Amino acid sequence: MSGGRRRIYMDNHATTPMDPRVLEAMMPWFTERFGNAASRNHAFGWEAEEAVDRAREQVARLIGGKAKEVVWLSGATESDNLAIKGVLEFYKDKGRHVITATTEHKAVLDTCKALERKGLARVTYLPVDRTGRIDPEQVRQAIADDTVLVSIMFANNEIGTIQPIAEIGRIAKERGVLFHTDATQGFGKLPIDVDAMGIDLLSATGHKIYGPKGCGVLWVRSRGPRVRLTAQMDGGGHERGMRSGTLNVPGIVGIGAAAEIARAEMAAEAARVGAMRDRLQAKLEAELDEIYLNGHPTERLPGNLNLSFAYIEGESMLMGLNGSSKGDHPAIAVSSGSACTSATLEPSYVLKALGVGDELAHTSIRFGLGRFNTNEEVDQVADRVISEVKRLRDLSPLYEMAKEGVDLKTYFAGASH
Amino acid sequence: MASYSDKVIDHYSNPRNVGSFEKDEDGVGTGIVGAPECGDVMKLQLKISDEGVVEDARFKTFGCGSAIASSSYVTELVKGKSVDEVMGIKNSVIVEELSLPPVKIHCSVLAEDAIKAAVKDWQSRRPGSKETDAA
Repeated sequence: MSGGRRRIYMDNHATTPMDPRVLEAMMPWFTERFGNAASRNHAFGWEAEEAVDRAREQVARLIGGKAKEVVWLSGATESDNLAIKGVLEFYKDKGRHVITATTEHKAVLDTCKALERKGLARVTYLPVDRTGRIDPEQVRQAIADDTVLVSIMFANNEIGTIQPIAEIGRIAKERGVLFHTDATQGFGKLPIDVDAMGIDLLSATGHKIYGPKGCGVLWVRSRGPRVRLTAQMDGGGHERGMRSGTLNVPGIVGIGAAAEIARAEMAAEAARVGAMRDRLQAKLEAELDEIYLNGHPTERLPGNLNLSFAYIEGESMLMGLNGSSKGDHPAIAVSSGSACTSATLEPSYVLKALGVGDELAHTSIRFGLGRFNTNEEVDQVADRVISEVKRLRDLSPLYEMAKEGVDLKTYFAGASH
Repeated sequence: MASYSDKVIDHYSNPRNVGSFEKDEDGVGTGIVGAPECGDVMKLQLKISDEGVVEDARFKTFGCGSAIASSSYVTELVKGKSVDEVMGIKNSVIVEELSLPPVKIHCSVLAEDAIKAAVKDWQSRRPGSKETDAA
């Protein structure tokens, strides 16, 4: 469909292109140094194991933890599953209460729901404020005698809001409750110090930091306290009995390389990506009226911009941007919280949790800027969005009615289908 | 969300009969269906002659590409047809023309509702009209 058309990728929260430096680091581990890291008796195994341990170091350094505390698995989803299910199973005699938030990724929410269905957990889903932030006081109040785990994501993938992780970590520590954070979007983009922030378990994945898909991390604290968990994948006892299975050595080398690059370039990259995001936001706000920022204005991921464009619908905007429609403009990849973009026709639950209302959820677009975007791309995207919004507003009965002074809430009260 | 049919893309890129008739124009029936919270609102206007033939149509839609295409297509479909024929238009005609996938069928249903709403409105405005709920 996109044929020879130019493409601009601005959906870096969904996934990221692999950094060529990461690919280069991975290459030898496919056909030349292809040993199984668990082969104890020959050089093929030894060199693979060394590479894996180097990658543990690289990941640990990015978050202020120890190399031996890194557990390799298939991604952040598996990491969230292991953290929550593994902790609950191991500490079941202590309790079964989990505290989390309504805006967590499905990997956390669905895991919690599955445990509830099986009668293995009692879960408190804390609400967020209008900017998507958790109130640490609410965490404190929710902690009960049978609470074993608090799980709050570092930064939200849809709206970019960064949570008050250090405060939550401190409260969890005071009350002797383990604190897990799904750091998929924060890892490699924001400074993380697991000791200073009171984090006991941390989930991350390679493909959000310009590394490979199919490889992720669960960091598990070994001291202060020593965190235990029950493996969810059995078969040989790899990763200190926490996750069995032959290690994906090339993937692991990739994550390690990506982590090292992220650590070296984080500050400069955050500044550069943040400036591009601000540039995009400024251009759109200068040309368009009635656009609203979703998420926290300042405590947000540097590359995230989530905007609602009143009176037009998200999927129709994506169609105008993504190269489906006629014309020779570049095909732009972004995403939307609109119901029409989901298979279930449900609008984004994250936007719903903010209390913005279904109507603004339907009009939302998420831009995810990243390492490989440029100012030229930002300008092209801004021009394209502005022209599509204006065109779709000309097509929209709601814009017409609003300009005529019709109160849409009153007009449509009671209407539904 | 696989690729859209060529016809949906065509209607989206070059929508037919976008806009509104003048506020005081004779013989116009306006139907507004859907709701912003649902992500779909269609406004369809039919200009109908005294003999009950659709002469012209205009639309405006808040909704996805398939919703825009459905209402755009409807404005072409209704021209030259009698009120009776237009009231008999089924959403399946729209689904087939635009090759709408199952998840988008509701867009065609809304377009069918819009036709009926516009006709009802036109009937209620006719001077000396005795018809009320014809649908």
